[in-house]
Amino acid sequence: MTTRWTRKDLLGLRELSADEINFVLETANAFKQVGTREIKKVPALRGKTLVNFFVEPSTRTRTSFELAAFRLSADVINISAMTSSLTKGETLKDTARNLEALHADILVLRHSSAGAPQFLANRLKASVINAGDGAHEHPTQALLDLYTIRERRGKIAGLHVAIIGDILFSRVARSNIFGLLKLGARVTLVGPSTLVPHEFEKLGVEVSYRIDDVLPKADVVNLLRIQHERQRREYFPGLGEYIRLFGLTKERAKLLKPDCLIMHPGPINRGVEIDSEVADGLQSVILNQVTNGLAVRMAVLYLCGGIAS
Amino acid sequence: MKGTKQTASAAVPVLDAEAIRRALRRIAHEVIEGNPQLEKVVLAGIPSRGVEIARRIGAFIREIENIDVETGVIDVAMHRDDVGTRAELPVVRASKLPLPLEERTVIIVDDVLYTGRTVRAAMDAISSFGRPARIQLAVLVDRGHRELPIRADYVGKNLPTATREQIQVRLQETDNEPDAVWLERE
Repeated sequence: MTTRWTRKDLLGLRELSADEINFVLETANAFKQVGTREIKKVPALRGKTLVNFFVEPSTRTRTSFELAAFRLSADVINISAMTSSLTKGETLKDTARNLEALHADILVLRHSSAGAPQFLANRLKASVINAGDGAHEHPTQALLDLYTIRERRGKIAGLHVAIIGDILFSRVARSNIFGLLKLGARVTLVGPSTLVPHEFEKLGVEVSYRIDDVLPKADVVNLLRIQHERQRREYFPGLGEYIRLFGLTKERAKLLKPDCLIMHPGPINRGVEIDSEVADGLQSVILNQVTNGLAVRMAVLYLCGGIAS
Repeated sequence: MKGTKQTASAAVPVLDAEAIRRALRRIAHEVIEGNPQLEKVVLAGIPSRGVEIARRIGAFIREIENIDVETGVIDVAMHRDDVGTRAELPVVRASKLPLPLEERTVIIVDDVLYTGRTVRAAMDAISSFGRPARIQLAVLVDRGHRELPIRADYVGKNLPTATREQIQVRLQETDNEPDAVWLERE
């Protein structure tokens, strides 16, 4: 492991090399073990201030970053869209400059606009960590997915990963595609043609509209959440049809190889993209993903936040 | 041991492979004498050379007493107090210690003792796993210049140095070079 980390920001997986991704995963491996200690806290980022700036709501990602920061002894402030001055008309840049004036060292940003983290990273001395920007990238989610696959299967290269669901609007799918391809996996996207356009093939993935053809060949299936509460009606006729064509039902799960991993970034819609019994079954690693997310975020905060400024 | 160390500055050999072997064997004897209950001892190396030195001391103890002493690994990177002030971030590794630590004697093992800051970080790391009965320290080389009130219990070689000098340890297993300790002058 000769790679050195030199980035102050983590904006996406597209710009990372395979070596850099592996370096984060190795670092996460060391931090995962901290969670099993009697005292689950190390002083690595003592005295640093982290701001969780979530312009879009997200409880689990924010909590995961918050706990990761606590375990590294950083101080944490949470700011959500509701409480921020953005509702009073302040620009993103002004809000961020105010945070910097408070000597924040790390800014974790969730934003509905793609590119918002990049915009701030270019302007701030603080480290900027992308916690999801629009339909662009969600790098820590993809890193924890990669970590979980590697932990369970011992490798990523050569594995066949199926990503199923709303690909078009999914930042999780994009970050996963970049990461998986860089590490040598084969990726097939599955979903309604309106949500899985053939355009994606340009990235180097395969596209299929027939889930039953893909499931028997997959080593990993990653189910994306169908955001039915805000799903644009024009993309598919209804939930019933989606479940019939693409839902991982109990019957359909029988098509999977016995060692195929079932993943989901959460929160899951039981009975929509995945049946309850499948989500709680032996092949499901959904809760491992949550545990690993903490280790991966500790690694990212340590690497980006620990760089001498 | 000639021609293996390539530096622009002058490097003086201080210990050769045989001297290192004798030093570690003597430390093994001292650990045995100082610890009547060897089964409670853990030799915990600081990566990467400390881990190899701990393994070798353990092997000597087995040779002398026919007892397998437990070994472990202590990561100090995430316990250092200078993160963010160093140009290069130390690589973190997973620690491995036999648990629980209560009633055990943990012997921290490292190649060179210098300021003592690494040892302080190692003691912090150990405390996060539990509360051992004792913590001791074994080093191959003590080069002086402590910045903290720390001393070694077992020393392979005391080597007074100037701060501008450097001690380079090379071990076959970690560096793929013949065992040797060099003193480098600028």
